[in-house]
Amino acid sequence: MARNENGYLVRVLVYPRAEVLDPQGRAIEDALGRIGFDGVERVRAGKSFEVSLKAASRAEASEAIDRMCRQLLANPIVEDCSVEWLSE
Amino acid sequence: MKCGIVVFPGSNCDHDVYHVLKRVLEQEAMFLWHQDTSLRECDLVVLPGGFSYGDYLRAGSMAAHSPIMAAVRRHAEAGGRVLGICNGFQMLLEAGLLPGAMRRNRNLRFLSVDVHLRVERNDLVYSCGYRRGEVLRMPIAHAEGNYVDTDAALDELERAGQVVFRYVDADGSVAPAANLNGSKRSIAGVCNARGNVLGLMPHPERCAEDVLGNGDGLALLAGAVRGPLPGRGGDEWRALVEGERPAPARRFDATPDRGGRAGRLAAAVAGSKS
Repeated sequence: MARNENGYLVRVLVYPRAEVLDPQGRAIEDALGRIGFDGVERVRAGKSFEVSLKAASRAEASEAIDRMCRQLLANPIVEDCSVEWLSE
Repeated sequence: MKCGIVVFPGSNCDHDVYHVLKRVLEQEAMFLWHQDTSLRECDLVVLPGGFSYGDYLRAGSMAAHSPIMAAVRRHAEAGGRVLGICNGFQMLLEAGLLPGAMRRNRNLRFLSVDVHLRVERNDLVYSCGYRRGEVLRMPIAHAEGNYVDTDAALDELERAGQVVFRYVDADGSVAPAANLNGSKRSIAGVCNARGNVLGLMPHPERCAEDVLGNGDGLALLAGAVRGPLPGRGGDEWRALVEGERPAPARRFDATPDRGGRAGRLAAAVAGSKS
């Protein structure tokens, strides 16, 4: 995804909350063990989204991303959201 | 009663619900499109099962933000009846109209099987056709039906009596083996505080005619459109739906069978139009 000249590019990472059972991560963890990766202690399976957006300022972009996470990208009951800024 | 069934891209139980409402219960039923913004004065809104938007992101999450949901939200907040079945239940959770969330089933598999449910309360329109503690048999068909919320939220849900159906064994007891998807506290269906919005994972519309060999689901849909019948309390409803379980039908008959348990209820509801 190309950097938007007048915008921001962020990566949103969504993972199951620590206290919520992550059956997908557990299944992958078990499979890694079965094929010989004995050192694997834990796998968490999540999702990643790259979002490019236009905003007047980084603060405004940040606020919009927070709302996206709450309203759609993550379900706060079972998932945590974190944000990586890929542009300034 | 005017009933609207919302059709989303990927809905696949919409016609089943329509059939029961229109032909078995003889109500005025219509399909509503997810991009509509009006409920066309429907009194009951059903969010049917299926795989709306291919279950993208999370099951029900895209549908929860589709244009018609603003109208569904207004309807629910005004006390109107909203019933979410399976994927429809997932939408109600994602839309925040019911508390909680869904995860993948405990065994990570799609489950398509009959389960037993216990009726936890029968003072809702949806459940007034059952006895409290009655054990029903209904099919489930889902991959994300593993109900979860925080312990504090679950305690509050129980305290407020919002757990309407629980997965149980055939004797009506809660047991891990009967809770196939791994739902917290074996929860299969919940309502909002006011009781006008109900969501459940099992499919009452798939077991609503004696001809199918199981009419257990009909009382739920009959309650959604009529319950309680005018001038009739819970006892009379129960008298209608109690009685012998129908024997599995030997042949398909397009005419609703009015002789069995579900048939008697259907006849009573169809014959008392308001």
